Amino acid sequence: MKTRVLGLVAFLTVATTTVIGLLVVPADLNQGDAQRIMYPHVASAWLAYLSFGVTAVAGIGWLWKRDLRMDSVALAGAEIGVMFTFFAIWGGMMWGRPIWGVFWQWEDPRLTTTALLLALYVGYLLLRRLTDDPERRATRAAIVGVVAAVDIPIVHFSVEWWRGLHQTATIASPDRVLDPAAPGIFVLTLLGTVGAFTLTWGYLMIRRYQLAQLSLAREETARLDLLMSVRSAEVAR
Amino acid sequence: MSAPIIEARIALAIARKDAVAELRGRHATVSTLFFAAIVLLLFGFALGPDSARLADAAPGLLWLAVVFAGVLAVNRLHLLETDDGALEQLALYPVPRRAIYAGKALGGVAVMLVLGLVVLGAVGVLFAVDIGSAWAPLLATVVLGAIGIGAVGTFYAAVTVRLRAREVMLPLLMLPVLAPLLLGAVKATAAALAGDPFGELGAWLQLLAAFDVIMIVAGAATYGYLLEDG
Repeated sequence: MKTRVLGLVAFLTVATTTVIGLLVVPADLNQGDAQRIMYPHVASAWLAYLSFGVTAVAGIGWLWKRDLRMDSVALAGAEIGVMFTFFAIWGGMMWGRPIWGVFWQWEDPRLTTTALLLALYVGYLLLRRLTDDPERRATRAAIVGVVAAVDIPIVHFSVEWWRGLHQTATIASPDRVLDPAAPGIFVLTLLGTVGAFTLTWGYLMIRRYQLAQLSLAREETARLDLLMSVRSAEVAR
Repeated sequence: MSAPIIEARIALAIARKDAVAELRGRHATVSTLFFAAIVLLLFGFALGPDSARLADAAPGLLWLAVVFAGVLAVNRLHLLETDDGALEQLALYPVPRRAIYAGKALGGVAVMLVLGLVVLGAVGVLFAVDIGSAWAPLLATVVLGAIGIGAVGTFYAAVTVRLRAREVMLPLLMLPVLAPLLLGAVKATAAALAGDPFGELGAWLQLLAAFDVIMIVAGAATYGYLLEDG
């Protein structure tokens, strides 16, 4: 019930910020309407990183506590993270085309890092599909998830060295948060969108976790049924 | 004997076992060397015949060939262990897991070193790049690159060796992780060949070294879990 309320609130806030972002906030003077892509784009990128952080921490949790619920959290994080990574790349490309003139800009370190991020976690999800035994799957996935998370900062750092810097991160630099160059309404819309997306993320994470738990339970039942049928065939003989 | 020395001896014994098997059968080195040579030839066809363009692209082609062949090499080194339950035997040894990882990684690094040096020579010949004048930084780059690919490859080969689809899964998991290594090694090689005009060579070698250390630590810390129920 609580989850359902969270879902409803998430939906309403996303709908509200969509209307605000598209219709209420004025277009950017330099970039025009394309700048509106920034709101969901930044929110998606933030959630992508958050999801993969959750996956890494939950992976360590599994190796440490041997609790399959941890593995369900890790799965939820990876799957939802891949979705938001895809959104972030897609939004970035749609913005890049009118602003930079190209869909793909090799000189932007964050774009290339994010593309590798997608590759790392798609591999993670494929690996999970190929392993049948739940505990073995959890271990393999946990380790691959942790190493991927360790790799991300190195990738980011090396790509940043590789090519000169482009648009530096907007929110990360503290003086721009305290004294934003953008008018307050832009900042508020961005923060609102990030908040709305994060609520949605929380809702999706809970639902995906519940689904993972259910499918684990079903796998277990199927395994027991198999054992029972083998056993009864033996008895009958 | 103190514990680190014993662990080092265990690692060397495992590496020696791989080396003996390799020298007798030559499973990993010969086939992967030919593979790397074919990759270089195909790069030549894809980008040639303009020799200036090929020489420009040489650092990138060198490391792509090494990385692609490296995926095959580490896979072969771990396939050795799937015969006759050898991997289970390895897991049953009452020794620290990181020593087993170090041994397997050492074997992988040795193969990668041979591969890297031969491919470097082949690139020098095929793409008319003067590797003699910058041999010291090039050697350092190849050594650091070989360590990185060996360390990462050993780890991912252990993840995928028992999968049915390991031929696809190993490169799929391993290549994105190797991206910073590829980037650093290509940049270091290009800087070394150009005589390091911007003084950036040291920074790229440091990046490679940092990558190697981080991946070795990550591999040593997690290999035990893979041996036991991965």
